Amino acid sequence: MIQLEKEEIAATAPGEGWEPRIIAFCCNYCAYAAADLAGSKRMQYSANVRIVHTPCTGKIEMEHILDAFEKGIDGVLVAGCLEGGCHFLEGNLRARRRTGRIREILDEIGVGAERLKMVNFSAAMAPTFVERVEEIVATVRALGPSPLKPSRQKESAGEP
Amino acid sequence: MIVASPKSVTELKNLIAQHSKVLFVGCGTCVTVCLAGGEREVGIASYAVRMARRIEGKPLELTQITIERQCENEFIKDLAEPAAKAEAIVSFGCGAGVQALAERFPGKPVYPALNTQFIGILEEQGVWTEKCLGCGDCMLAQFGGICPVTRCAKRLLNGPCGGSTETQCEVDDGRPCAWQLIYNRLKGIDQLDRLDAIVPPKDWSTSWHGGARKIVREEHRV
Repeated sequence: MIQLEKEEIAATAPGEGWEPRIIAFCCNYCAYAAADLAGSKRMQYSANVRIVHTPCTGKIEMEHILDAFEKGIDGVLVAGCLEGGCHFLEGNLRARRRTGRIREILDEIGVGAERLKMVNFSAAMAPTFVERVEEIVATVRALGPSPLKPSRQKESAGEP
Repeated sequence: MIVASPKSVTELKNLIAQHSKVLFVGCGTCVTVCLAGGEREVGIASYAVRMARRIEGKPLELTQITIERQCENEFIKDLAEPAAKAEAIVSFGCGAGVQALAERFPGKPVYPALNTQFIGILEEQGVWTEKCLGCGDCMLAQFGGICPVTRCAKRLLNGPCGGSTETQCEVDDGRPCAWQLIYNRLKGIDQLDRLDAIVPPKDWSTSWHGGARKIVREEHRV
């Protein structure tokens, strides 16, 4: 499960100077390598994204994403290999179906499907990684803070 | 196995709208296998309902537990303690599970989280089909192991209707004609002569039509 500290989420709580906090689940074989390449090439992208290294997007359970949202994350990016290029053949295809189901749930409960996105790129596509990150940051910024984000006031009052 | 499908998050949320302390109970048997009411599905539904309630400003205190079988008192016993602390119980079991919990906990509201569908099998990952109606008088021996009572839309017992097209049922293009399957199967096991026999009208008194059924087998009673 995602080990985002409470203080860390609260630090980006709604209010003045709010900055979206986004998790990018990146598969080891393509997306993470692309992110790594972006770093090696000194490409600049928003610091709102925290990367979680996963063996394959097919290994990301629905609970992992839901848990992140329940803890108040503003957006989640699931980044896998290009379709047809999964190291485990179809992990990314499974992830796409699961992501689709969670998007339905997020819409139904009022969080909004736009806060979760699945993207695909190869290990060499560092510029695409940067583009996708900037896209989701812009989308989430426009949507505003997650309705599940604990506010600073509540945090200080000791409420969950 | 018994195949069920989950109710929507909104429906589930509405069922427990007036409660603030709820126990979600999964079942480790049929509905775990059909990915509708096992430990994982209870977990996912819990996340969704908890978040929905928080957004509404009515936080929900939710406990989750999955027992081996909801349709047996022996296993339901494990729920006594968590059930006592909850205002209501939501059962992720089949209809039998829901009713077993309601009988065991007469003072607690018990709500169903699933829509129980049928007795069926897993065709492929994520696809289930109905195979048995539970009619109480199995005729599978006559039909090569393919049940026309369940799988023929008209429940015909003496051959196909005139509406089947090629190998498909006229009711639904995606459904194979049960009688075509029966013919193929009987041919394959060299028992086509079974089709010469006229099957008399089925005795439906063993089926549900007389109300809920009960089986008593003295040799197993204690």
